[in-house]
Amino acid sequence: MPISSRDIDKSFQNKVEEIASADFRRCMQCGQCTGMCPVVEQMDFTPRQIMHLIQFGQFERVSQARSYWTCAACHSCMVNCPRDIDIPQVMEAMRLLVLRDNEDQVHPNKLSPEQLREMPQIAFVSGFRKLTA
Amino acid sequence: MKLAYYPGCTLKTKARNLEESALAGLRELGVEFIELDQWNCCGAVYSLATDDLIHQVAPLRNLIRVQQEECDAVFTLCSQCYNTLARANVRVNENAEDLKTLNTFMDEEPDYGGSVTVMHFLTLLRDVVGWDKLKSAVKKPLKGLKVAPTYGCSLIRPDPVAITPNNTPVIMAEFLEAVGAEPVQSPDSNTCCGSFQALGNPDAALETSGRILRSAQKAGAQALVLSCPMCDYNLGRRQPAIVEKYEEINEMPVYYFTQLLAVALGLEADVCRFDLNSPEKDGNTLTAAAV
Ligand code: SF4
Ligand code: SF4
Repeated sequence: MPISSRDIDKSFQNKVEEIASADFRRCMQCGQCTGMCPVVEQMDFTPRQIMHLIQFGQFERVSQARSYWTCAACHSCMVNCPRDIDIPQVMEAMRLLVLRDNEDQVHPNKLSPEQLREMPQIAFVSGFRKLTA
Repeated sequence: MKLAYYPGCTLKTKARNLEESALAGLRELGVEFIELDQWNCCGAVYSLATDDLIHQVAPLRNLIRVQQEECDAVFTLCSQCYNTLARANVRVNENAEDLKTLNTFMDEEPDYGGSVTVMHFLTLLRDVVGWDKLKSAVKKPLKGLKVAPTYGCSLIRPDPVAITPNNTPVIMAEFLEAVGAEPVQSPDSNTCCGSFQALGNPDAALETSGRILRSAQKAGAQALVLSCPMCDYNLGRRQPAIVEKYEEINEMPVYYFTQLLAVALGLEADVCRFDLNSPEKDGNTLTAAAV
């Protein structure tokens, strides 16, 4: 898909930059992050593609992505990024852009009895912190 | 150095096997510490947003409690608590403006000065006790027990809070050698178990946890050791689902490293609380190796 400079949604990029100080503009599309990501097979766009879409201000497409709802904030991408970009922070910015509009991604009443019984407290605290408003 | 212990929410409930074995081991090693009697949940995950400080209040309040007890350092057992407290500490030490905002916001509390050191129990064993002293305290070395260290994420990433190099971690292997076990090198020792995606995308957690187990098995491990209740859930409690999904993966015991410590120090097995482990609930693989 050809992208012209007119298609770049700058206000979306500004919002990402407000939430995350990480500089997505420095990304050189090497793909190290994708290679390190333990959950990439469950994503629709790889971490590198997410960076690419944000660099080109493609809010419509990136806002539909599942990738940052699959990201486990494990920081494997970041510690191997040759440009030292805090990719997990960019993923968090994408989550927060949606969550701050009160759109929860997990619902406590939909958890299975097995999950409720077996999961440790930190799973609930961290899951709700990252995936609900 | 005056030491405080910060338990965190899971240590008093689902992870009593981690807490009871660790504290009994520490007492046996003659390390003095106080347990904080006032603490709150640290938030379990570090907030990555730069425009929002509210999630730093919880970890910082705990560091103020440490300061009030006039302790120089605080240690945690849970990897996630370690990461959350340590990263908040780094943030306010690097950013005076953030510290000022947080101190002003918590006007009912004494100001946090930034001087508390946040440690994980493994760091404490390495830097305060020392591997040599630990070795000489071992009464029942875990001879021939092949164990895969499982670091996960929170102990080793990102760099400012890493307790051992994240690409070539060694601290857990050093611990295993000190207690007489045989560390097994697996390429997925530093792979994430899927963490809180156990809630959001359980399939993703199952897949990456399966990979960790498969690699450990290929490397010849008889058991996994870890330090995080989140890893324990994904790799231990969810193991039956993993074994069912991937037929090449066999059941493997999962222990907290502190249980190996307690057994090697010759402590009574009841401090290990193997009943809380999963899938193996009797600790037999571990206790059989202790001679
Ligand atoms: S590793 Fe860094 S530079 Fe390379 S594609 Fe990922 S974000 Fe871009
Ligand atoms: S932090 Fe997220 S995107 Fe980066 S490697 Fe981990 S799961 Fe993948």
